[in-house]
Amino acid sequence: MIELLHSLLDATLMPLVPESMHRITYLTFETVFKITLILTPLLLAVAYITFAERKIIGYIQCRIGPNRVGPRGWLQPIADALKLIFKEIIIPTGANRNLFIIAPVLSLAPSLAAWAVIPFNDHLVLADINAGLLYILALTSLSVYGIIIAGWASNSKYAFLGAMRSAAQIVAYEIAMGFALVGVLIASGSLNMGEIVAAQEGWLVHWFWLPLLPLCVIYFISGVAETNRAPFDVAEGESEIVAGFHVDYSGMAFSVFFMAEYANMIMIAALTSILFFGGWLSPFPEMIPILGEPGLFWLLVKISFFLFLFLWFRATFPRYRYDQIMRLGWKIFIPITIVWLIVAAVFVLIGLPPWFD
Amino acid sequence: MESDRVIVVPRCLLRIINKKMFELIVFYIFAALLLTSAVMVITMRNPVHAALSLILAFFSSAAIWLLLEAEFLAIVLVLVYVGAVMVLFLFVIMMLDINLAKIREGFIRFLPVGFLVALVMVIVMGSIVGSGIIEPLLEERVYYGPGFSNTQHLGQTLYTDYLYPFEIAGAILLVAIIAAISLTMRARRDTKAQDPNRQVAVKRSDRVRLVSMKTEDR
Amino acid sequence: MLIELQMILPEIVLMSMACALLVFDAFIPSERRHLTYLLAQLALLVTAVLVVASFPQITEYAFNRTFVDDPMSGAVKAFILVITLFIFFYSHDYLKEHGILKGEYFVLGLFAVLGMMIMASAGSLLTIYLGLELLSLCLYAMVAMHRDSPPASEAAMKYFVLGALASGLLLYGISIIYGISGTLDLQEINNYILYNSERLPMLVYGLVFIIVAIAFKLGAVPFHMWIPDVYQGAPTSVTLFISSAPKIAAFAMTIRFVNDAFMHLTPEWQGILIILSILSMAMGNIIAIAQSNIKRMLAYSTIAHIGFLLLGIISSQSVSATGVTGFADALFYVVTYALMSIGAFGFVILMGRKGHEADELDDYKGLADKNPWFALIMLIFMFSLAGVPPFVGFWAKWFVLKEIVATGLAPLAVIAVVFSIIGAYYYLRVVKLMYFDKPVSMTAIKATQTMRAVISLNGLAILLLGVSPGLLMTFCIEVMKL
Repeated sequence: MIELLHSLLDATLMPLVPESMHRITYLTFETVFKITLILTPLLLAVAYITFAERKIIGYIQCRIGPNRVGPRGWLQPIADALKLIFKEIIIPTGANRNLFIIAPVLSLAPSLAAWAVIPFNDHLVLADINAGLLYILALTSLSVYGIIIAGWASNSKYAFLGAMRSAAQIVAYEIAMGFALVGVLIASGSLNMGEIVAAQEGWLVHWFWLPLLPLCVIYFISGVAETNRAPFDVAEGESEIVAGFHVDYSGMAFSVFFMAEYANMIMIAALTSILFFGGWLSPFPEMIPILGEPGLFWLLVKISFFLFLFLWFRATFPRYRYDQIMRLGWKIFIPITIVWLIVAAVFVLIGLPPWFD
Repeated sequence: MESDRVIVVPRCLLRIINKKMFELIVFYIFAALLLTSAVMVITMRNPVHAALSLILAFFSSAAIWLLLEAEFLAIVLVLVYVGAVMVLFLFVIMMLDINLAKIREGFIRFLPVGFLVALVMVIVMGSIVGSGIIEPLLEERVYYGPGFSNTQHLGQTLYTDYLYPFEIAGAILLVAIIAAISLTMRARRDTKAQDPNRQVAVKRSDRVRLVSMKTEDR
Repeated sequence: MLIELQMILPEIVLMSMACALLVFDAFIPSERRHLTYLLAQLALLVTAVLVVASFPQITEYAFNRTFVDDPMSGAVKAFILVITLFIFFYSHDYLKEHGILKGEYFVLGLFAVLGMMIMASAGSLLTIYLGLELLSLCLYAMVAMHRDSPPASEAAMKYFVLGALASGLLLYGISIIYGISGTLDLQEINNYILYNSERLPMLVYGLVFIIVAIAFKLGAVPFHMWIPDVYQGAPTSVTLFISSAPKIAAFAMTIRFVNDAFMHLTPEWQGILIILSILSMAMGNIIAIAQSNIKRMLAYSTIAHIGFLLLGIISSQSVSATGVTGFADALFYVVTYALMSIGAFGFVILMGRKGHEADELDDYKGLADKNPWFALIMLIFMFSLAGVPPFVGFWAKWFVLKEIVATGLAPLAVIAVVFSIIGAYYYLRVVKLMYFDKPVSMTAIKATQTMRAVISLNGLAILLLGVSPGLLMTFCIEVMKL
């Protein structure tokens, strides 16, 4: 595909560009091309997860879910998107105009930017940087700004309450999340996402989820909390503070928040798959033909499974009370992760087979 | 030649846009951004805007660190300061009802003193930088290229050469935690706090008492 | 690596025991809080034994020269640990009496001692700074620990803000020195200065910031503003702590800077220290006269004593034949001062009781009628602080003055003597109040038997050291023979 792009460039643009600029032009177009290649499926996935969510939760609750627009309701997300695009974006009079508009962007941008370092298989990655894991950690910690700024700029009590709740919650769970990632770091000895997957080489039992089981569970639960999904969705809390931080948003501005939430969900699902479940590696031993082959397919299967868990949680669990969220984060998760870091370090030190030999 | 005519950018400019030049341009952009946002931190009327400018300043300095191939420091700066410290900072600022007029009262009055201090600092820094100490260090600067892992080298140095100071820093952080907790935590009698442990451990017999009563006669 | 770990064994043990104590304290009921105290004392004792047992005869380095083990560090650590034993003892009684006994007090105290030990054997600017921060952070928290007392909170705030400023200045100075020399190692800085004298003005600029920070931490005029307020506002047990052991650590830090790193800038720092010293002696002694609160009075007396201590450091270069004896005088001075200071503040604790801090001078009126023995002990403390022979305070002053004259700074010695005589007035006033005034109230001293015994021991130690100062002085000379 890259060759195709090159020949396309050679045919159209390159004669106009001076010799010395050729390399940089190629590079720019290649990168933009790759970004498009990652983001287009991602945004499509975001749209269809909303559909999947309504369907799955519907079936869990013995309903059918959306089934009117298009065959079996398949065009529902498109219809939703069109509706939101054509709605007016209302900016409340007392709101801080600039920040009010920036906030949704601040919440979507980090969750898209984080995809730069996600490896889809052993060579398909946009930016193969050394500190990939750190980069992810830094970017996921930024998504809270969208929420706080939105809550503050709306100049509304409900929105502000939602923002404050979210800020406290995200700071609390980020620590547990960070510690869980440190465990992965100890186990793999690298911050590079590709090398982390390579360190899990093998099948189901070779992946890190087994030696790092507590960290894996805590990571995923913290991920749910970090994305403000049920049962940790106190930042929205429809029954308490209307819709929390985005109560005053409408139209596209609202839908950007919506997209950010789902993009973050996919992000967390992808990270859990990569860090603890072997990324693109196959769950079957290599002896088995076809099924034992590693590939992008397996990564997608894993991501889908974790996304399903997100929806399953939402349909099953009642919302946490706020003080219980704080207690869970600070008093349970953080101590467990710290203890397990030491355990993991011991595992690595003694070279526990089959993971660390 | 045909292609010569369509070049919009002058040739002389193109020749100097090599890798180093590109780096310089990026540096100046972020340096300018850093300075602007730093000035905005102290001049903004709204404290929330000031805090947001500070976040921008952190970002710009992280970018400058990236240019120096110190990706670990850059990302950690974003992670720690932008991702955690400033969130709490904003949290507090947004919650407080800050009287702007009162804060700004002293600004003009202390401006001359501030300028004087700044002037002295600038003179001293200028004289140190200008005294020819920096130049040899610049000559020594090595570009490591993409394979270089700043994180690994930093870790290696910290845990070998600077092990002792590093551990002391850990002790300082521990003391900070102890101090903060012992100064702020007190068992208040008037809060209606629930103890989840007891809530979870509750048994039926704690709440419901089955009383066998004789059926009353009609 | 193993040898290096062995060298810092006292620090490791202290740190581990402090951490263990922290956990232990969280799990015991509050009526058994005295166990925390006893274990803290045990930690100090074990560390002291380890320090004495591994007392270094020669200078050794560890951890990439960030850690120095030399006779001075060994001696300073031992002194700090012993003084802290006394401090914890007095503190326990005070905290229990006033109902603010908390386990964190002793944990923070142990960490403060750890910080002081790190400062004492710092081989690089980095270690000095980190040790100092560890110490200061503990002290800020300890001052603020009595949360229901507004003066304590105010004192903590002032202490914290000014302390942070001083740390900032120190860091600025350090960064300048590092920027110029390219090293954090004290010995290498020393060498750099020797071979690069053309950079002198810049180095002096860095030096000035470092000296200012030291003056802040020691409390020398004009950087003394925090001392009176903090001493008065803090709980007496904390005042006791701040006024004693950290001064010894600050002395060690000063020696690390001026001797290990800036030996070739001696004329420069000497000049600055002379000014600081004269100002401290003048301000401290004169303002102390006007005080009616004994804690505040002792605070100003501290400032005056710091002036004297600086004199000892200034006279370092006098006798080259016997090694650097000026530093030995200063060490002798600071150790004996710490001993007198804990005695005096311990006495304030002894006199106090629940709901009543005996910190006004009037509380001491007619003490001799009520309790002649303790009046005598207080008399020993006051005479010794004033520098009246035969108590140890006299010898401390005498050695310093002798050295200053030998350095050829006789006028400085004259100034010191004049201010000492002025200073004697307010110490003797306390004695006069105790012996010649009528008591205001006849409330008896309510302290425990052990408290009485220890403070008597403290007083007698001062008397004993005064009768035969030779032993301690020989030891000081021995360890300061750098």
